[in-house]
Amino acid sequence: MSTLQHHNSTNTLASFVLDRTSVSVSRCYQCGKCSAGCPAATEMDLTPSVILRHLQREVPASDAAVLSSYTIWLCLSCQTCVARCPMEVDLPAVMDALRSESVRQKKVHPQAKDILAFHRSFLNTIERFGRLWEIGLIAEYKMRTWHLLQDVLVAPAMFLRGKLALLPERVKGRKDTRRIFDVTRSKEGHHS
Amino acid sequence: MKIGFYPGCSLEGSSREYAESLRAIAPALGIELEELNEWSCCGASSAHALNHTLATALPARILAQAEHQHLEELLVPCAACYSRLISAKDALAKDTVLRKEVAASFTLPYTGATAVRNILDVLTQALTPAVTSKLPNTFSHKVACYYGCLLVRPPSITHESRYEDPTAMDDLMKKIGATPLAWGMKTECCGAALSITRTDMVGELCGRILEDAVARGAEAIIVACPMCHSNLDMRRAAIEEKTGKEFSIPILYITQAIGIALGVDPEQLGLQRHFVHVAVRGKAKG
Repeated sequence: MSTLQHHNSTNTLASFVLDRTSVSVSRCYQCGKCSAGCPAATEMDLTPSVILRHLQREVPASDAAVLSSYTIWLCLSCQTCVARCPMEVDLPAVMDALRSESVRQKKVHPQAKDILAFHRSFLNTIERFGRLWEIGLIAEYKMRTWHLLQDVLVAPAMFLRGKLALLPERVKGRKDTRRIFDVTRSKEGHHS
Repeated sequence: MKIGFYPGCSLEGSSREYAESLRAIAPALGIELEELNEWSCCGASSAHALNHTLATALPARILAQAEHQHLEELLVPCAACYSRLISAKDALAKDTVLRKEVAASFTLPYTGATAVRNILDVLTQALTPAVTSKLPNTFSHKVACYYGCLLVRPPSITHESRYEDPTAMDDLMKKIGATPLAWGMKTECCGAALSITRTDMVGELCGRILEDAVARGAEAIIVACPMCHSNLDMRRAAIEEKTGKEFSIPILYITQAIGIALGVDPEQLGLQRHFVHVAVRGKAKG
């Protein structure tokens, strides 16, 4: 290794991704198939293949661009990219690892705050009750985001069709679920 | 066949007609469902979005519970839960460090002994010629079979060889007298978990799905995933805003379509719970 090497490669986001997901971003040869087939690509600030290119560069500016991108929050985990990738780069797994690191480094894209709030509300609901309780989820999401009027027409229509339970079901297994949350919390910080 | 049954949260709430229709058709198909005791949430999109260990531990606890209940097989009708369960199983088989971390997070032992099965797989096995020859009705409609993402992808985990053009649901529809159409959106994403946070994107993606199905002459879209169903059925306002068109095409769970062919009462199949009115019915064989 040359002493002129621009960066300590064990500290880069690419090495973090390799450690967390076993995905080597160097496998990507930029064919662009992931970006071409991505259903969310038109809404993204960086397309999926550009995310991989940034990771390959292993420079701080690129790593920061990735962690603060909107893209990592818009990924739907639809698995189209990995199904089509000629090098089988597991991009959805990479996106998962990048999101948790983005939260840890407090680099979450401002437009992604709602999406993060949704995930947190969802996880808090199942931590508390063991299962999802839709009304609880939506109430917490609205409090976190102040989107108080969103879906005000859909919720009553759902209730009338028997699709919303007014009270949460308290399952016996919820103690186990809480313990799982307690034990795994240290692994990646979903609470910050 | 007796089989373990993990409903998952959606089937108790926003998609309860999926569970109702499954329970309504099971006896006629010779399926005996044994519900998993004390089941909990699989973690869904939110767990894996933020914490890989949590996203593996929550499904692992479900599978450990299934083993504890001596269930050799577990039917998981929700495509998203199914994906979380098979992904966790795969991750635990490959990663011994993760396996240790996960084992420390709950008390029951996990060995990975329980087989996880999706709805298409189980229905294909159950809809034998003996059953189909006795169907009182034919579901004689042109249908677009919509598989979405997680029943078929990623192929490394689902082992679906035709992941761009799956046929299992089409074959099931033929068995009940329907005409499955060739169309382009079988495995395109509906927008899934962004339904609440980016409803506009869901409107765009679902709009493309409905447009293609309608253009090909479909009378109904058949699904096997609660998220696909709620986005395509409940998000019509967002869809209309994006496409500038109104759509009346109904979205049916595969279990509802089979229930219609079996002559099950529409109310038992939960058809009245849909936002989009379901006018399609079976035709008596004669």
